[in-house]
Amino acid sequence: MIFTIASKELKTLFASPLAWVVLTLFQIIIGYAFLRRLDDFLQLQPQLVQMANPPGATELVAAPLFGTAAALLLFAVPVLAMRLIAEERRNQTMVLLMSAPISMTEIVFGKFLGFLAFLLVIVALTALMPLSLAGATRLDYGLLAGLAVGLALLAAAFAAVGLFVSCLTAHPVVAAIGAFAALLGMVLTGDAAGDSLRARGWTVAASVAQVFSPIRNFEPFGKGMLDTQALACLALLIALALTLAIRQLDAQRLRG
Amino acid sequence: MPEQETVSTISARGLTRSFGNHIAVNNITLKLRRGEVLGFLGPNGAGKTTTMQMLTGNLAPSRGEISICGIDLLDEPVRAKAHVGYLPEVPPLYRELTVDEYLTLATRLHRVAPARRPEAIAAAKQRCGLADTGGRLIGALSKGYQQRVGIAQAIVHAPDIVILDEPTVGLDPNQIREIRGLIRELGGTHSVILSTHILPEVEAICDRVQIMHHGNLVYSDTIAALKQFESGATVLVGLRRPPPLAELAALPGVAAAECVEPTLYRVEFAAGEDATDALVKQAAARDWGLCQLKPAQTTLEDVFVNLTRREENP
Repeated sequence: MIFTIASKELKTLFASPLAWVVLTLFQIIIGYAFLRRLDDFLQLQPQLVQMANPPGATELVAAPLFGTAAALLLFAVPVLAMRLIAEERRNQTMVLLMSAPISMTEIVFGKFLGFLAFLLVIVALTALMPLSLAGATRLDYGLLAGLAVGLALLAAAFAAVGLFVSCLTAHPVVAAIGAFAALLGMVLTGDAAGDSLRARGWTVAASVAQVFSPIRNFEPFGKGMLDTQALACLALLIALALTLAIRQLDAQRLRG
Repeated sequence: MPEQETVSTISARGLTRSFGNHIAVNNITLKLRRGEVLGFLGPNGAGKTTTMQMLTGNLAPSRGEISICGIDLLDEPVRAKAHVGYLPEVPPLYRELTVDEYLTLATRLHRVAPARRPEAIAAAKQRCGLADTGGRLIGALSKGYQQRVGIAQAIVHAPDIVILDEPTVGLDPNQIREIRGLIRELGGTHSVILSTHILPEVEAICDRVQIMHHGNLVYSDTIAALKQFESGATVLVGLRRPPPLAELAALPGVAAAECVEPTLYRVEFAAGEDATDALVKQAAARDWGLCQLKPAQTTLEDVFVNLTRREENP
């Protein structure tokens, strides 16, 4: 049942021009960023040759590229996530799901997975750019895989937050702006709050703050590290947002 | 208990729903028997839609219980919802899907076994007159066809109960007739709840009628009972050259007469008597110019207006 909803979500996403517009713009920006990075890398090449242990194309091109992709997701996810619940409510199609013999949990998970599948396409397209260098230089596939996994997890965290905000309102634009504000708020304050809390020795509070700073938790992946704490924080954020979404939908049935 | 389960498909007791201080639905009790078409009437804002939303699990009641085919909707929503097909006021259509894609989605959501899906979709399309529109985008269909897709969605999984909220709104007269025919046909195998404020529609297709007003249930009876009630006991008489009212009222077997329009009279017969014959003979003999004579059945409209206007115009 979850996959029924996920596939429906994916299908209607690709049936809407919005998805294609987002994919196109994303690809143009990422493509441009990739070429700029590549250009810089080629200009640095003479200096790099003289170094004893020079960083490769993966570190100098792929890692910043994924950073750019992460920043772009911050804008793309809220716009796409507004469709999930808010637009269904606005179009009065939510009733079809609510009247069907499905639980709220299945609705939320189905929508999340369908959306995530779409975002994985974006991650794959991003990963394809550095992969196109495979014939020309030696790539660090471990680092590349780490970056892809990290970006996918970050996208999942953004998607979960976007889905929750989408549950809060029947106005798609409000949902998009709300999700963007929530994500931007996390990015801007999460890091600073975490640092200042840790400086005061409040480790528990600092760890909580770390849950709400998804971009910081993405960073270790870009250094080729598998930071279990960052991993756990991302997973926690996803679980928290999805749980809140389920509860919110249930509450709306009670409130009307 | 099992006996009762086979008899009634929906049984709701003491259903109440309030939004803040406003009580939208107040203590409604409702029973729907198998194969019955129940007409749900009321002026706009009477609480019909709210009641239907509660019966379909879209809205939780503030108080009261709902049992669907013997399954408690509030305790086991997933199992109970499997027996219900619902067409809300605004059909829940995905405009970007084709009719076939949409109905396939509906069967999957309602857990129709994969092997039975093509058959179920074909049958629903057949019944709703959608046989030729399978490949068309729902967004490109006319309002009437969209409404049919909405109904098809509600019956595609062969539910025991079909709940239709104003299914004929926005349709042309021909389409309304078709939809009525469809609903009557559904009544044979499914239980149907039909909400509307078009009264002839209810008289034409429903077995039983319930009227809501300000969130309360104010009338509940069968259409047959409604029609028999006073049927034949009152006639409308059109007279071109009418006698004084007292003369009409004095005819043998006539209890009362009143003037509806200058040449139209409502004549009420005394209990157990049919004075139609005497009336016609007198009209011919005295040259009253009889031009119209028809039994004044108590129409649903009378009942409806009576029940729902009383408070506004005392």
